Amino acid sequence: MKPGPVSVPHEARAALWLLAPGLLVIGLFFLLPIAASLLLSFTDFDIYAIADIANIRLAGVANYAALVRDPLFWIAMRNTFYFVLVGGPLTIGVALAVALLLQSRLARWKGLFRTIFFAPYVTTLVAVAIVFRYVYHPRFGLLDRALGLLGIAPIDWLGDPRWAMPAIILLAAWKNFGYAMILFIAGLQAIPESLYEAARLDGAGAWATFRRITLPLLSPTFLFLGVMTTIGYFQFFAEPYVMTAGGPLNATLSVGLLMYKQGFRWWNMGYAAAISFVIFLVILAATSIQFAFARRRQA
Amino acid sequence: MKRLLVRVAIPAALLAIAVTTVAPLVWMVCASLMPTGEANSFPPRFLPSRPTLVHYGELFTRLAVGRAFANSLLVATATTAISLLLNAMAGYAFAKLRFSGRDRLFNVLLAAMVIPTPVAMLPLFLMLRAMGLVNSYFGVILPASATILGIFLVRQFAQAIPDDLLDAARLDGAGELTLFRKIILPQLRPVLATLGIVTFLATWNDFIWPLIVLTDSSHYTLPVSLAILVGEHVQDTELMMAGSVLTVLPVLLLFFLLQKQYVEGILLGGVKE
Repeated sequence: MKPGPVSVPHEARAALWLLAPGLLVIGLFFLLPIAASLLLSFTDFDIYAIADIANIRLAGVANYAALVRDPLFWIAMRNTFYFVLVGGPLTIGVALAVALLLQSRLARWKGLFRTIFFAPYVTTLVAVAIVFRYVYHPRFGLLDRALGLLGIAPIDWLGDPRWAMPAIILLAAWKNFGYAMILFIAGLQAIPESLYEAARLDGAGAWATFRRITLPLLSPTFLFLGVMTTIGYFQFFAEPYVMTAGGPLNATLSVGLLMYKQGFRWWNMGYAAAISFVIFLVILAATSIQFAFARRRQA
Repeated sequence: MKRLLVRVAIPAALLAIAVTTVAPLVWMVCASLMPTGEANSFPPRFLPSRPTLVHYGELFTRLAVGRAFANSLLVATATTAISLLLNAMAGYAFAKLRFSGRDRLFNVLLAAMVIPTPVAMLPLFLMLRAMGLVNSYFGVILPASATILGIFLVRQFAQAIPDDLLDAARLDGAGELTLFRKIILPQLRPVLATLGIVTFLATWNDFIWPLIVLTDSSHYTLPVSLAILVGEHVQDTELMMAGSVLTVLPVLLLFFLLQKQYVEGILLGGVKE
C-alpha cells in the first residue's frame, strides 16, 4: 500500500470541511448501527425493551444458540441457498447467452434489443412482483396460458410449495439478466479481434474459440457478477414479501424475510440481529470462496 | 443450408427473448386499461375490450395514491440532490486534497462496503426512533444522504482532474471552498449526472427501508403503498396494474431518456476491481 500524501495544512483544513458531512452520515447511519447490531445480537432486546430500555439484558450467545435450534431458520436458510444457487447461475447464464447473441454479426437492431433486455432491471421490484403474481395465476395468468398453447397443463405457481420458489427465481432472472448482460457485452467488446483471427488461422472451430478465448477472457466479468449476484440474492426479501408472504408452507421464506418478521413484526430485535449477522457471515464466506477460486485459476 | 439456419436462428432467438421480456410489462399496461373484472376472465385476455382510465382515477381519488406518488418524488429528489453534494465533496477531498491518513481512511470505507445494509437496519431504526425521525421523510432521506459507492465513483473521476487546474486557481488567490464550487463541481458534471440518475432510480425503487421506517399511509412511498394495497385489493387486478404502471412508468421513462448516463453508471460500478 502507498504511504499516502504528505499533509498540506490549508488543504487538510478544507478536506475536513468537505469530508465532515458525508463521513458523519456514513458513520452515524451505517457504521455505528453495524457495531450496535453486533452488540444487540448478544442481548435479549424485545418488545419489553422497546417499551423501557431498562428491560434489556445481556444474553451471551443465547440468540445464536436459539437460532441453531430454530427449524424455521433452517428452512429459511435452505430456501435462500436454493434461490442463490439456482437463481444466480440462471441469471448469469441467460445474460451470457443473450450477450453472445447480440455480439453476433447476424444480429440486427442491437441497440433496440439491448434497451428491451435492460428495461426490467430498472423497474420497481415491488411493482413487477405484483404483476408477476397475476402472471402466475393458474386460471387467469399469462404464463399458464402460454404454456397451455404448448400443451402443458396449468401449474399453480405460487400456490404449490414445489413451484413457488422456481416462480420467484424466474422473476428474479427476468428482472436482473439485463444488468449482467450489459457487463458481459462490455467484457466481450474488450476482447481484441486479433485473438479471434489468430484462432481462425489456427483452424479452431466456434466451440473451441469460445472455450479457449472468450470464456477465459471473461473471467473478471464472471467474478464480479458472481460476487455481486451472491451479495444481492442472499438478501432477497421483496419478492416473497409481496408475492407469497413466505408461503406456501414456508416454501419461499427467505432469511431476509425471517429477519424482518422477527425484528419488525414481533420486535425480537436481539434475535433478528443475530440473523442479520449470520447472513453477513454467509455472504462473506460465499464471496471469499469465489475470490479464492478465481485466484487459484489465475495462478 | 446450415449457414442459412444460423442466419435465421439468431434474429429469431433474439426476437423470442425480447417478446418474452416485454410481455409482462405490456400486459401490465393492457390490464390496467381493462374494465373491472376483465383481467379475471377465462380464457385470459391480452387486450382490453374497451380501454378505460377509471382505475387510474380511482387510485388518485379514493385510494390517495397521488399522495404516495408525491412522497416518492420528494424522497427520491431530495436524496439524490443531497447525496450528490455530499458524495462530490468527500470524493473530491479523497482524490485531490493532501492530508495525512487520507488513503488509510478511504480504505476503511472501502472495506465497510462488503457489509450488507440490512445488518445496520435494526439499530438504525431504534436510533431514528429515539431521534423522533420514524415516520418522517428525514427517516428515509438521512441514512441515504451519503454513500460509500458514490464517494468512490466521484473519487475515481476526480483523480483525472489535472493538478495544474487547481494550482492555477490557487495562485489566483481562490480559497479552497471557492475552488471546489467554481472549478471542481463543473468538472465533475459527467460523473454527477451518471450518479444522479442511478441514485434517483435506486431511491424510487427502494422498498425495505421505507417499509420499516414509514409507519402510516400519509408518508408511504409508492412501493410501500402498493405492497400494502395489494393485501386489501388482491382481487382488483386492473386496479393493481394501474398502480404498478404508475410506479414503473416514471423510472422507465427516465431510463429511456438518460439511457447513456445510466448504463455508464452501471459499467462504472462494474469495473471497480
